[in-house]
Amino acid sequence: MRYLVALIVTLLASACMAEEWEDQRVFNAAADGPRLRIISSTDTALFAPLIEGFLTQNPDVSVEYLVTGTADLNARVRSAPEAFDVVISSAMDLQLKLANDGFAMPLENMPGSDWAQWHDSLFAFTQEPAAIVINRAAFAGYPVPQTRQELIEALRARPEAFRGKVGTYDIRQSGLGYLFATQDARASETFWRLMEVMGGLDLRLYCCSGDMIDDLTSGSIAVAYNVLGSYATARVEGKEALEVILPSDFQTTMMRTAMVVKNTQYPAVAEAFVRHLIVAGPELAPLPLLTSQQEQETAVITLEPALLTYLDTLKRRKFLTAWEDAVIQK
Amino acid sequence: MSASPAVSGSLRNRLVLTLIGGAAILALLLFFTVRSYAARVAQQGQDNILGASVTSILDAVALRDGELEVDIPYAAFSMLSTPSDDRVFYAIFQDGELLSGYDDLSATNGRPNGEWVFQSGEVRGETIRQVSASRTLVGLGTRTEVEVALGQTQDALAETLRQISRNAAYLGIGFFTLVAGLSFWATSATIGQLNKLTTSVTRRGPQDLSPFRKPVPREMAPLVSSLNSLMGRLDQSLSQSEDFIAEAAHRVRTPLATVRSYADATLQRVEKEENREALRSMVRAIDESSRAAGQLLDHAMITFRADHLEREEIDLVALVRDLVQRLTPIAEMKDLSLTLVGDPVVIYSGDPILIQNAVRNMVDNALKYAPAESVVEIEVSQGTQAQISVRDQGPGFPPSEIDTLTRRFERGKNAAGTIGSGLGLTIVQDVAKAHGGDLILTNRKGKGACVTLSL
Ligand SMILES: Nc1ncnc2c1ncn2[C@@H]1O[C@H](COP(=O)(O)OP(=O)(O)OP(=O)(O)O)[C@@H](O)[C@H]1O
Ligand SMILES: [Mg+2]
Repeated sequence: MRYLVALIVTLLASACMAEEWEDQRVFNAAADGPRLRIISSTDTALFAPLIEGFLTQNPDVSVEYLVTGTADLNARVRSAPEAFDVVISSAMDLQLKLANDGFAMPLENMPGSDWAQWHDSLFAFTQEPAAIVINRAAFAGYPVPQTRQELIEALRARPEAFRGKVGTYDIRQSGLGYLFATQDARASETFWRLMEVMGGLDLRLYCCSGDMIDDLTSGSIAVAYNVLGSYATARVEGKEALEVILPSDFQTTMMRTAMVVKNTQYPAVAEAFVRHLIVAGPELAPLPLLTSQQEQETAVITLEPALLTYLDTLKRRKFLTAWEDAVIQK
Repeated sequence: MSASPAVSGSLRNRLVLTLIGGAAILALLLFFTVRSYAARVAQQGQDNILGASVTSILDAVALRDGELEVDIPYAAFSMLSTPSDDRVFYAIFQDGELLSGYDDLSATNGRPNGEWVFQSGEVRGETIRQVSASRTLVGLGTRTEVEVALGQTQDALAETLRQISRNAAYLGIGFFTLVAGLSFWATSATIGQLNKLTTSVTRRGPQDLSPFRKPVPREMAPLVSSLNSLMGRLDQSLSQSEDFIAEAAHRVRTPLATVRSYADATLQRVEKEENREALRSMVRAIDESSRAAGQLLDHAMITFRADHLEREEIDLVALVRDLVQRLTPIAEMKDLSLTLVGDPVVIYSGDPILIQNAVRNMVDNALKYAPAESVVEIEVSQGTQAQISVRDQGPGFPPSEIDTLTRRFERGKNAAGTIGSGLGLTIVQDVAKAHGGDLILTNRKGKGACVTLSL
């Protein structure tokens, strides 16, 4: 009896889990061929053209596209890798750790540059800088900050104007936010000062780039730090209200990566899909796709084992403590 | 005549096999040595990086308020980047308890003081190289031991090893080819010396028993000197026997002449037919013996002169004409006429005594085997070679024996009843050979033999 209860509870829990997607869509549902299950952190709208491009080439395949945040995505893949065929995420460190831990299937003879892949199992296909996005209205009559230092000065100059109107990732929840924060911290001490200043202004924390940009557009916040430039640009078109600033002191650029899950049911289809992501032309997505012969930019976070560093439990605990100390000033 | 010697193995094959076999063994040795050395160096390289990484992590361990802090430096893992993107596993233990990292690695409880302990093992189905090091931290009233284990897969190392193996193989093959080529060359050079000696032995005339004077490699000197001494002894015993024959013939001839004149005289006086017949047979036998002795003497002389051939410019026509004149009386006794035809002058460089002797034997045969009242034609001509032919109108050579008549003491069926020793044509042949020429016996279409001495 007790087992039965336990079973029901687990089933319920997993059923609920199944419901908890940010977005869930099936492409080409009518096809009677294999159904590729893609778990991704990328908004469906931004990614759909890539899937559709793939489906025109493989009309008998259908794709189930499941969207969730980077941290949740990582947890789900770890707990049930057999539930997915392809994993796409912007949190390079979590992806690299998945690959390092053996969740990925190595693929041979893949196109693309060597620096844009790791261990033949993790493949980068976009290159997206972290940006400062501002609502122009809040800076009317004031110079628009171009560096973090200038942003610090701007916030300090008019604290009341910005109180409660500054947003960034809650790095405890967002894998990408954590990646950006750790890379920023590695690059410069300015990051910590900025966090302290922002923390002093009742910083608003977000799970995802999308929400931040929504609030920026609506004017409920004036500045968002470390938003995905690609998301912002995708929305900025036609919206005069926002301005995307790629800080000129230093940039942190992330690569969106894809991997085929080791025990996928459709290795060939999954591999073809990843291949499609690598070779897809820029017309296929609003995302800044990598081109095949591209050189690695210095700002791009390198796919290397060092990405494991900040995922270390002790290191992460220490970093989060420092971050909380700076940001949450009660 | 030359019996092929019993052959056991080949010097060339033995040399080549030994050298090539040696080269192959050396090449293999080279390959394995280079590879294992390079593999050690490559492994050393990976070990050093792993060690440096683990040390940098250990350095970042600190006790803060009794609480252990491990602030892994970014560079610690960054330095583990390899071209093959090797997977990295790490674990941090405090007093043997896993603090963070991968539980696939286990604490070694090895030596403290940051000393590196390496081991190879398997993690998640991959062979890894693992390094462990530990450090003792002493804080306020606490003492704790931190161990860091760091493992890395060996894909890049394997790739390096593959390349090294390939290069080592190229090196080995190159070395082998070079040495094999060299050994072939060395072998043929060595055997070449033997071949050279063989050719110079083969090229020698049948009578040439003079010692070899050409320089030979030191190793072959004993062989050549034994050969020389063998030939010296042979030469000596040959000339001794020639001398002996000549001496013997000479000694026999004089008493024979005496016996012959007595027999002749006795024949005049004996009346009884029976006794006369016996005496005639005796005279005949004496004639045979004295002819044989004469021809043996000539032959010995010819052999000697042929060995030490001294050439001089002579006019063959004059030489033959002189001879014809001297033989004409004998021819006339048999009602035979000798005619000399051909070129007016034929200049040739040779030994006149030998040539004269040869021609005399040729004419002698014509006189002996041609019927009376026929013509013996002697022709001296200068074509591509100087030639002397003697043609008679006799019965010709017995066709079945024509090939063997030049052998020593070989006489034809038609020779029964004529006095002779069977050495005449042998002498002619020896003279021809001594001058580098040839003797050709033919029967003419019409009738008669034709003997041609071409020089
Ligand atoms: N002109 C010739 N016609 C026919 N037969 C010949 C003639 N010359 C040689 N022969 C044959 O060749 C044989 C060998 O000749 P060769 O001159 O060597 O010996 P031979 O005349 O018998 O003896 P000798 O040594 O006294 O000359 C002779 O026995 C004879 O049978
Ligand atoms: Mg004769």
